[in-house]
Amino acid sequence: MILAKTGNEALAYAMKQINPDVVAAYPITPSTEIVQIFAQYVSDGKVDSEFVAVESEHSAMSACIGSAASGCRTMTATASQGLALMHEMLFIAGGLRLPIVVPIASRSLSSPLNIHGDHSDSLASRDSGWMQFFCESVQEGYDTLIQCVKIAERASLPAICAVDGFILSHCMERIETFEDKSVREFLGPYKPNWNLLDYKKPILVGPATMQDYYFEFKRSQIEGMNNALPVIEEVQEEFKQKFGRGYGVIEEYRTDDAEAVVLLMGSACGTMREAVDAMRNQGKKVGMVKLRVFRPLPHKLLKETLAKFKTVAVMDRADAVNSYGGPLFTELTSVLYDAPQRPNVLSYVYGLGGKEFSLADAATVLEQAHAGKKEDLVTYVGVR
Amino acid sequence: MAKLKSWKELPCGAIIEDMKAVRENKTGAWRSVRPCWNKDKCIQCLNCWIFCPDAAVIVEDGKVTGINYDYCKGCGICANVCPTKVQAITMEEERK
Ligand code: SF4
Ligand code: SF4
Repeated sequence: MILAKTGNEALAYAMKQINPDVVAAYPITPSTEIVQIFAQYVSDGKVDSEFVAVESEHSAMSACIGSAASGCRTMTATASQGLALMHEMLFIAGGLRLPIVVPIASRSLSSPLNIHGDHSDSLASRDSGWMQFFCESVQEGYDTLIQCVKIAERASLPAICAVDGFILSHCMERIETFEDKSVREFLGPYKPNWNLLDYKKPILVGPATMQDYYFEFKRSQIEGMNNALPVIEEVQEEFKQKFGRGYGVIEEYRTDDAEAVVLLMGSACGTMREAVDAMRNQGKKVGMVKLRVFRPLPHKLLKETLAKFKTVAVMDRADAVNSYGGPLFTELTSVLYDAPQRPNVLSYVYGLGGKEFSLADAATVLEQAHAGKKEDLVTYVGVR
Repeated sequence: MAKLKSWKELPCGAIIEDMKAVRENKTGAWRSVRPCWNKDKCIQCLNCWIFCPDAAVIVEDGKVTGINYDYCKGCGICANVCPTKVQAITMEEERK
């Protein structure tokens, strides 16, 4: 069915179709509507989910952990300060390998206070053992959230599905949705690895481990993330088979004979496509590489894909405040370090706090990438 | 001492399946207050048993018979959920 939906509406609609056993949530701008609309589905009897209204995001994630540990398909939604408040519990969900799925309307972090879109929230949680997906459009957000449930359960890892706050969360788009039945068929029933409430098979969840076992458990968790990429690819393929829309871990746009490309994530990819088209019309060989999956970092694929270009401009919608650019830039340079042929890598930070990233900005980045050089190590796009 | 396992032999999610090992690892030592259960006041509602996060309330044949201090952390949840009028559990300072 074709529907007009904002990002938040589409994500809530996907959640309705997923029909999770438990949703424990606390509202926060710009993801509030996801929870609000879902709560309406609960009140209207459209889902079978148990909805737990909690007093904070720390409690929301704690309740999600309890629920997932009890073998329930579990979701919440949040953004920004909410994800930051969940931070401690994110690591626990990761270590327990609980496939909790969280749509996020990406937003900046205070201070100063700002409610608009950037990737600071998810990227600050990058080491917590969660998979992270960044979506370009409302349609992709809807599709990805459904995929995330299957990926998370198959990989035994929690997942964040991020759409850019306001830019996507509050923008209405024409989207193609599926029947409830097809979504549920695609996901199938959830079969947990273990269940805290199974009294026939008692287990201890969340043990204290000392010098003798902590590292071994962490190593095993790391392997879980190492194994996640093929699972993602597998589920993307199954999704394509069933629903006809295909996604890659990365997507190359007009890169065939390109000399310079821009690498970025999220809604700005749409702007960049336009800018690439315009430059191509002028005969300049530029392209775009969109990264859809930030965790696990598809390092081999990125190396293979990017090493063939002369210049790669990396665009971060977050800064790591480390004097060396954004998280994507630092990881990318390290990925390319031992590439057979190393491209020039240029670093850009853009769009913090929802600052407009215009077509003209995108064109400037492409021009510099095409020239293969710029003056500053890190360029802060559009900053006065 | 038993041979330590490799990371490849560990269950997904850092759970412990060997309940014998769990039982042997007594974790009540850091308690500073202890719940004292009064048999005469108890109405056997089982609230304390349901809520105790450490399964330290001993129940035999469906009835509370005491607290297992080998594992009780002294968190006081049992005393808190014990019906107000009944107050069959009181928290008392742990003596040396
Ligand atoms: S004090 Fe806490 S740990 Fe001890 S019996 Fe009561 S609820 Fe259980
Ligand atoms: S909560 Fe109080 S009254 Fe109820 S079973 Fe426990 S000790 Fe007895």
